[in-house]
Amino acid sequence: MEQVTGVAAPMPQHNVDTDIIMPKRFLRTITREGLADGVFADLRFKEDGSEKPDFVLNQPSWRGASVLVVGDNFGCGSSREHAVWGLRQLGVEAIIGTGYAGIFFDNARKNGLALAILEESQRDELLAKINANPGAQVSVDVVAKMITIGDWKVAFQMDKATRQALLDDRDDTLDTLKLLAEIQTYESALPDNSCVKIIK
Amino acid sequence: MARTLYDKLLDTHKICDLPDGDILVYVDFHIMNEYTSPQAFSGLGSKGLSVRQPEAHLAIVDHVNSTQIDEAPDPVSKLLIDNLEANCEKHQIACYGLKDPRQGIEHVVVPEQGIVAPGMLIACGDSHTTTYGALGALGFGIGTSEVEHVLATQTLRYQKLKNMRINVAGQLSAGITAKDIIMHVIRKVGAGAANGYAVEFAGQVIEQLDMAGRMTVCNMAVELGARAALIEADQKTLSAMEGKAHSGRCAFDKEIWQTDIQAVFDREVYIDCKDIEPLVTWGISPDQAVAIGEKLPVLEQMVTDKQQSDFTRAMEYMGLAPGQSIVNVPIDMAFIGSCTNSRIDDLRAAAEVLRGKRVASGVVATVIPGSASTKVQAELEGIDQVFIDAGFDWRPQSGCSMCLAMNDDIAENRERIASSTNRNFEGRQGRGARTHLMSPAMVAAAAVAGKIVDVRLFTQA
Repeated sequence: MEQVTGVAAPMPQHNVDTDIIMPKRFLRTITREGLADGVFADLRFKEDGSEKPDFVLNQPSWRGASVLVVGDNFGCGSSREHAVWGLRQLGVEAIIGTGYAGIFFDNARKNGLALAILEESQRDELLAKINANPGAQVSVDVVAKMITIGDWKVAFQMDKATRQALLDDRDDTLDTLKLLAEIQTYESALPDNSCVKIIK
Repeated sequence: MARTLYDKLLDTHKICDLPDGDILVYVDFHIMNEYTSPQAFSGLGSKGLSVRQPEAHLAIVDHVNSTQIDEAPDPVSKLLIDNLEANCEKHQIACYGLKDPRQGIEHVVVPEQGIVAPGMLIACGDSHTTTYGALGALGFGIGTSEVEHVLATQTLRYQKLKNMRINVAGQLSAGITAKDIIMHVIRKVGAGAANGYAVEFAGQVIEQLDMAGRMTVCNMAVELGARAALIEADQKTLSAMEGKAHSGRCAFDKEIWQTDIQAVFDREVYIDCKDIEPLVTWGISPDQAVAIGEKLPVLEQMVTDKQQSDFTRAMEYMGLAPGQSIVNVPIDMAFIGSCTNSRIDDLRAAAEVLRGKRVASGVVATVIPGSASTKVQAELEGIDQVFIDAGFDWRPQSGCSMCLAMNDDIAENRERIASSTNRNFEGRQGRGARTHLMSPAMVAAAAVAGKIVDVRLFTQA
């Protein structure tokens, strides 16, 4: 993916954890599919399944947002990749914040979800802009590492490897297997007792 | 050049540099559970790949199983458990299933079986893999795509973290546990403050902790955002590795698994634990905690609008008022369990509080030993009877259970739980459920009092 352009929804709460992004009842599956309904389910839906009208993604301006502008430490907690699969299935392609929990960050990269990092003041300015102009389109350009809303532009941070992974859209497992010779060389240099042989 | 313990662990496991700036690291051992591995195995299948080193993996059933019976509580849980067992059978991977005497919570079982040694790199599809840092090993929590990658390649594409050291000093007062120490650290440093860092815990307080306490500290370091937590290996570490099923089967003696004296950290944090009191969380993030003698914060202490909004939301969710005391808040449930606090040492500490006492009427109290072996040990010591006599439900099967409520133990809306677990997130123990994190001894005291109390009133009477 090179660029995302779409409606950006404000989610300014800090410490949004993967339990709230994807509640556990949706984890009881052996596939990656069917997780869109689980995203923020306790915030989006009442117990009877009807929508909570106040929730940001249920408001007409922000329904179907493909970009989220979020608080600090988004994606903290559990390692569940289901949170990222669900966000992608719901149509979220980029998230803009000040920093993310490590496992969520890696999971996002593996699934083509762009996580952009801004300084706190820049993120707050962007939040103010999308709140003042609900439904405004925001563009996240991974090639140029630039966020644009109207005529306002700000450069975001993204490390080289993450950016490259998003641009390449490669399969990491198959790519690493091309390095089998290096892996075998490392293994052959290991002392015999430095590999646990599990007792079955 | 002087290096940190983390630097040494990475240097030892580095296979090669990757073109994009990441490094390829070798995974000595990998642990799986039934809910974050299914899609990894199907990924292998669809790509026609096999498991590279089947003996370097272990699967353990712990997240979805019931702890009331030795089987799945419903058809979906059964599907997840059967699927794991079938995948392990197919790929010749060891699996400790529900009827296995070694089954239990993965991060309790693995050290108990002697599979962790200083200098190892261990990966697991679970965020609390930081636990293994207590033994000087690099425990690394990963997502499902990375589980597939480890199965197929025995490696990880890895982005080097920055180094942080948290120095914990101060003479602890009587009755203060490892749980209080790490909760104090999290409250001072902040949730997410260690994102992007490997955190080494050091200082006199850490050195004096026993191995169970060190595991509790490293376990909850992930709530700081730490992707890896570490404590230098010492004599206690070596003693802890003796007499286990896998003792002597692995040795990683290429290095001295300690930080060089001259090593420089990207960030050093100093925490004073002198005179700290037992801690209790009041909110919906692990850093929203108070000492038992303190009042809850008030809105005016929150500086920015966003902090005020998060504060108000947490207070509303928890049904508490700013400025109130946490003491005497009534509870509905008491839960002792989880990879943070369900080891034999934790059960002993809670039993000490419960001996000769009864759980308050109206409180549902549950204890889940961290593993089948822990349960056997507790029964040998008569600890099970102390819990049972007090009115606790002593569960026959181990598992994560109501720490994350993926099985049949789910709290109801607005139920308030004194919990020895690790996360007080909104909805974590059930939709609308209100979690107060605390030490196992504090949970036991709350169970008896029917409300949150200072455990030291029980133990020092």
